[in-house]
Amino acid sequence: MRTKTTRLSWLAVCTGLVLVLSLGVAACGSDDDDTSGESTAAESEGGGGAIAANPANGKVTLTIGSKNFAESEITGEIYAQALAAAGYKVKTDLSLGSETIALKTLKQGEISGYPEYTSTALESLFSLEPGEVPADAQAAYEKAKAELEKDGLTAFPPTPFSSANAVGTTTKLAEEEGLETVSDLEGKSESLTLYGSPECRQRIDCLAGLEKYYGLKFKSFHPVDIGLRYTVLEKGQADLSILFTTDPQLSAEKDKFVILEDDKEVFPAGNVIFVTRNSVVEAAGPDYEKTIVAVQEGLTLPVVQELNARVELEKQTPKQAAAAYLKSAGYVG
Amino acid sequence: MASLALTAAVGEVGKGFLRERTSDTLPCQATEKLFCFDWAKDNIDRYGTPTVQHLELVTLAVLFGFAIAFTLALLAHRRRWLRSPLLAATGVLYTIPSIAFFFLLLPLTGRGVDTAVIALTAFNLQVIYRNTIVGLSNVPASVKEAAKGIGQTDRQILWRVELPLATPEIIAGLRIATVSTVAIATLAVFAGGGGLGVPIKQGGIDFKTNIILAGGIAILMALAFDVLLLAIQRLVTPWERVARA
Amino acid sequence: MSAFTVPQLPLGSIQGALEFIFEPQPSNVTGGKLVGGLDQTLELALTQLEVTVLALALSMLLALPAGLYLGHRGIGELLAVGLGNAGRAIPELALIAFMAAAIGVGTLNLTIALAVLGIPPILTNAFVGIRQVDRAPVEAARGIGMTEREILFKVEVPLAIPTLMAGIRLATIAIVATATIAPLAGVLTLGDYIINENVYGENGVVAGAIVVAVMALSLELLLALLQRRLTSKGLKLRPA
Repeated sequence: MRTKTTRLSWLAVCTGLVLVLSLGVAACGSDDDDTSGESTAAESEGGGGAIAANPANGKVTLTIGSKNFAESEITGEIYAQALAAAGYKVKTDLSLGSETIALKTLKQGEISGYPEYTSTALESLFSLEPGEVPADAQAAYEKAKAELEKDGLTAFPPTPFSSANAVGTTTKLAEEEGLETVSDLEGKSESLTLYGSPECRQRIDCLAGLEKYYGLKFKSFHPVDIGLRYTVLEKGQADLSILFTTDPQLSAEKDKFVILEDDKEVFPAGNVIFVTRNSVVEAAGPDYEKTIVAVQEGLTLPVVQELNARVELEKQTPKQAAAAYLKSAGYVG
Repeated sequence: MASLALTAAVGEVGKGFLRERTSDTLPCQATEKLFCFDWAKDNIDRYGTPTVQHLELVTLAVLFGFAIAFTLALLAHRRRWLRSPLLAATGVLYTIPSIAFFFLLLPLTGRGVDTAVIALTAFNLQVIYRNTIVGLSNVPASVKEAAKGIGQTDRQILWRVELPLATPEIIAGLRIATVSTVAIATLAVFAGGGGLGVPIKQGGIDFKTNIILAGGIAILMALAFDVLLLAIQRLVTPWERVARA
Repeated sequence: MSAFTVPQLPLGSIQGALEFIFEPQPSNVTGGKLVGGLDQTLELALTQLEVTVLALALSMLLALPAGLYLGHRGIGELLAVGLGNAGRAIPELALIAFMAAAIGVGTLNLTIALAVLGIPPILTNAFVGIRQVDRAPVEAARGIGMTEREILFKVEVPLAIPTLMAGIRLATIAIVATATIAPLAGVLTLGDYIINENVYGENGVVAGAIVVAVMALSLELLLALLQRRLTSKGLKLRPA
């Protein structure tokens, strides 16, 4: 009878839906954060590298975070993969957001540590004036570490390379307006638009500093995603854009883009320091700091620019770039 | 102790690691080209995990949405006074932009897949509810009368007569809900829920090939669900095939 | 699935969010500038409203004539209905990102991208609305010698208002929702609060969500009232 067939059909559909539901729940069980991944010792292709796995570290699980731009994700991956090679259980949670979000996530215990810049820590997190930021990398590190101690946090020694924010523009505009330093913008900035990250508006080493220390007023400021900082210049929509001194585009496309010299030293250069909680340092043992300090020795400016180029220009993943670095520098087999 | 025996060789990158790059030697993905086939071919596996996450989000949201909306519709079918209030309530949930919903839920459920699924479920309640109610209401009174006449109870009429006849409408609602949910689920990245929004937001927001791939997979997924549900609809309504022939 | 955390009463957060809407607050980012407050909130809300209205107008300008014409002539069903289905499948984030990468950021480009979202529902509903009009009054009108144009505007459109307005409401919801993420493409709407927790803090984020929700619901209410106004009395007497 027709009713029997249709009831069977309904039953079939319902069973099918239930099956799919159980599939979904089962898949859900293997939790995976949107940006997290697992690096296990197995990924480091066994022995051969300078970093050897210490079985004692296997009891410790570390979650390495990073900020939301390529260079930060790359350094985060380098640390994560190195720690995995040293035998730790490592998870990553990269691209958390800007420095305030990353710090908050660290304090709340959701990550074990992340790479920060001494300049950003001092100017943005601890509200120091540009004049108070030491030019010497070691001094800046000591100062940042002292401030972090107040929150139960600590930082490991700095990387060889440093990076700074910079006001950048197209070579065409720089030639037209005769712009070589940021001070050259005086009198001209009122008719120029500036594009930067959303937090740039408040940061002393960004728009707030340009307004306060250079006395510049811009026609308008537009917050855009950091990933678009060159796109807006290229499309002719931004006259000026906030760039980083370690950007690969500055050397690969030097005929198109140029940065203005920070003559009043409002944008201090910062070395990367790995920030973590004291409790994690205690639980993780001596290999934690040792591995991180060792693996960042090879991060000179040309190397970092190369890694940035691979990710930002050639669109490799930070994971791939980090793995290539660790292998080439002999840390991992 | 980890043997970090740092010889001079370790810590320095090998020869050939550093490469010269100039404007004219940049590969396709560094340029403004619309679509880089080679890059796409080599890197398609990047989209594996986000696709699976996306599927999970959509499946859960539609199943929960169906369970809730269908139940509500059955309730309102018997009690006419419930219809307008429920339509309005589900309408409110539909009107509130999903991204706002994620963050309204922030104090309650925080960031993660939970929040994303709850918001996506709320989003597709109205369509399923409304289509079920309309489908059930459109069953001709004469058919119901006839069923009553041969002695069937209200419950039997519902399950053997009304629902089968309302199936096309109900599945049409499911189709609309599913397709819309696939599109909206790209925003789940803001709630920390994964999905195909992750490669877009974090894998190069300026990289057209990447956007086309991630967005393209989402559109294909929506299409696949649409076709699948259409096939199910044809399957469970064999009498319509006769009518169509 | 992550373990379901026990929900804490969000009263503190809601109060914090409401304060944020009306009073400037210190930012999460140190630098001395205040964020939030009624001025900024209104400015962002107005931008979102402006962009929504512009995009809606553009969508209606392009989609209504096409949908009404095709519906009246009874041709192009595949296009009209297919476009509606296809439009539903467009992922918002991909659309905004592609627009920013391909044609650039800015209000004009954003309006075009939003119109792309708004056209399908308006087109489809215009088509379907006209097609579903009862043939009897149309034939009668033809019988008394009305021109095709008069039939369309004096008979078919008034009878199709509920469906037409439903399409416009669908378009509005899609446009408002996508305009919320416009800050990714440099246009400052209420999404600025929502997407940038680092600047505005959790209070700002929830504040943004609340204001966006209120705006969307208000627009919907407005359109619902407009629909009621435009629907002729005869139609209103029909059961829902």
